[in-house]
Amino acid sequence: MEIFYSLLPELIRIVIAAICGAVIVFGNALVMGYAERKLAGHIMFRPGPMEVGPHGIYQLVIDGLKLMGKQLVIPKNADTPLFMLAPLIAFAPVFVPLLVIPFSDKIQGFDLDVGLLLILAFASINVLAILIGGWSSNNKYSLFGAIRSVAQNVAYEIPMLISLLAIIFMTNTFSLKEIAAAQSPVWFVVIQPLAFLIYIVAMVAETNRAPFDLPEAESELTAGFHTEYSGMSFSLFVLGEYANMFIVCSVATVFFLGGDSGIPLPYFEYTGIIWFLLKVYLLMFFLIWIRWTYPRTRFDQLMNFCWKYLIPFSLVNLLITVVMVKLL
Amino acid sequence: MAMDVEILEDPKHHRYVLNMGPQHPSTHGVLRVLLELEGEYAMELLPVLGYGHRCHEKIAEHKPVKSFMPNTARMDYLGALIYNHGYAQLLERAAGIEVPERVEYIRVITSELNRIQSHLLWYGAYLLDLGAFTPIMYAFDDREHILDILEDVTGSRLTYCYFRVGGVSKDIDDKFVTSTRAFVKRLRSRFPMYEDLVNGNVILQNRLNDVGELTPHTCARYGITGPLLRGTGVAYDMRRAEPYSIYSQFDFEIPTGTKGDCMASFMVRFHELEQSLRIIEQALDGLPEGPIMTPKVPKKLKIPAGDYNSSVEAPRGELSYYLVSDGSDVPYRLKVRTPSYSNLSVVPEMCQGMLLSDVVSAMGALDLVIPEIDR
Repeated sequence: MEIFYSLLPELIRIVIAAICGAVIVFGNALVMGYAERKLAGHIMFRPGPMEVGPHGIYQLVIDGLKLMGKQLVIPKNADTPLFMLAPLIAFAPVFVPLLVIPFSDKIQGFDLDVGLLLILAFASINVLAILIGGWSSNNKYSLFGAIRSVAQNVAYEIPMLISLLAIIFMTNTFSLKEIAAAQSPVWFVVIQPLAFLIYIVAMVAETNRAPFDLPEAESELTAGFHTEYSGMSFSLFVLGEYANMFIVCSVATVFFLGGDSGIPLPYFEYTGIIWFLLKVYLLMFFLIWIRWTYPRTRFDQLMNFCWKYLIPFSLVNLLITVVMVKLL
Repeated sequence: MAMDVEILEDPKHHRYVLNMGPQHPSTHGVLRVLLELEGEYAMELLPVLGYGHRCHEKIAEHKPVKSFMPNTARMDYLGALIYNHGYAQLLERAAGIEVPERVEYIRVITSELNRIQSHLLWYGAYLLDLGAFTPIMYAFDDREHILDILEDVTGSRLTYCYFRVGGVSKDIDDKFVTSTRAFVKRLRSRFPMYEDLVNGNVILQNRLNDVGELTPHTCARYGITGPLLRGTGVAYDMRRAEPYSIYSQFDFEIPTGTKGDCMASFMVRFHELEQSLRIIEQALDGLPEGPIMTPKVPKKLKIPAGDYNSSVEAPRGELSYYLVSDGSDVPYRLKVRTPSYSNLSVVPEMCQGMLLSDVVSAMGALDLVIPEIDR
């Protein structure tokens, strides 16, 4: 009994963290799904969803219900266990990085010393899910999408990590909270503009968004790795994608945009989350904006861009940062 | 169909066959292409046709010449009026019918509107193939105005049957003239936006430059015409090469490229929009009054025995009708030479060794309309 009482606070924390994680993941998917369709509509001079509710605000709820009610079609020659497993692998790991993101001074699951490593480790599991999904579908288009995705994500993780490493050298910590706190006078986007640019490009590629949406290039590969997925297994991929967008944008906010810093509000330890979310959703808006503006790149150009420009530039940036840190 | 796969599948070369179509998003219709791939490079391509074959040429041999007019619109649903034009002209030449001047002006104006409509649709759909989702909506926004204008005068929005032997079915009115002028103004004002949003985009430049290069020699071997040929630098346009109707009276340029790659034909098509606008403006300025139908066209039109030909410039290249008559009112044989069919035949050579993404951009540059290939 005693051990139960000592564990109780921890259990409550876990339950609360799980509920908050689910709320963030599903709430974010609802907001982003609606925002994406509405913004895409307005960018294209059309109103977007208008039928369900005022300005179509219930559209995503209805869509979610529809997707839950749909039949799960498993192709005849697919590798069934892996085929069913892939969406879960895409979706499940997104909860973990949410725990270490400092939404404000007091709103954070755990302040781990290795916060960044945890995020990068769990965010890259997504690649495995895409590979498994593409392979087990037993469809050539899916396989293409999977192969492209792996090559792309592995390549773009390098500049992403190196650009963040420059910040790590400046702050001497992996803890996200301390990194956010280290930007009290000036945000790192001012000190490290190149790292910020490289991170943004790598971020778009990591989340497989246009113009780097090659794994699901629908005009070439029909729907890429999720060609054969339907119903809920398809929507788990989409939920995972939106959650990943949220995570990478949060990392950008913590590392470059000062985390929750902003004009002080009452109870700032808690209300800082308003500024945090504002910055995150501004970045997300940017992602949507470029998706509906630019054509898609070609695969070899995408890889060349990473290996020939992003990685060398991020290394140079890192070198300069190290020298400056040593000198100052 | 399974046989094609077996022929192409060669285990020794570690190649495999990707079946693209007939329901692939970027074949724009029921075209099927078998790609023999090595990695992501297409080593061999085999277009498979016949999914939409409707025996139009055979149908022509079984009914009076005048009643074939609606079928012409079903071959190329994007250039229906131009197909009407070619066929009406064929019969007028064959039967020696003079066409009133006003009719020629109306035909030129509506044909050019039709050409702009076709190019706008290609513009949007091609960029959709390249992964840009927004331009198609802008292009459709403009295209909608043309469809409205043409619907008012012809009665249909896509498969027009407006031209008749010796005239047109309905006269144009002041409303048509004012709305066409308004449209010309509107589209002109939209060009800078297209240039800004799309044409100068660095991603687009990288996708299209040096992809699918053609030479005038290759074009000659395959009988490629239209913007693809003009993209290689040959200013061959039926409106100038063999001026039909009243095109010789108008002042317009034939845009050409130099390299013959996808970017060249892209820019040729884009500049053709402006040239078509110029023709429309001049034709509207000079629009004469008069009848819209030659009075003496017999109901049962008998074509004197002999061979007749009529060529016009369709949006995708040279369109020819070739009629063999035995003196009755039913053709002995009608052969239609449609541009997309010849343009498609270059695909196996043009796309050899290309990346899959480039195959999509190269095939999009052909601006294929499948019912015109399978007619």
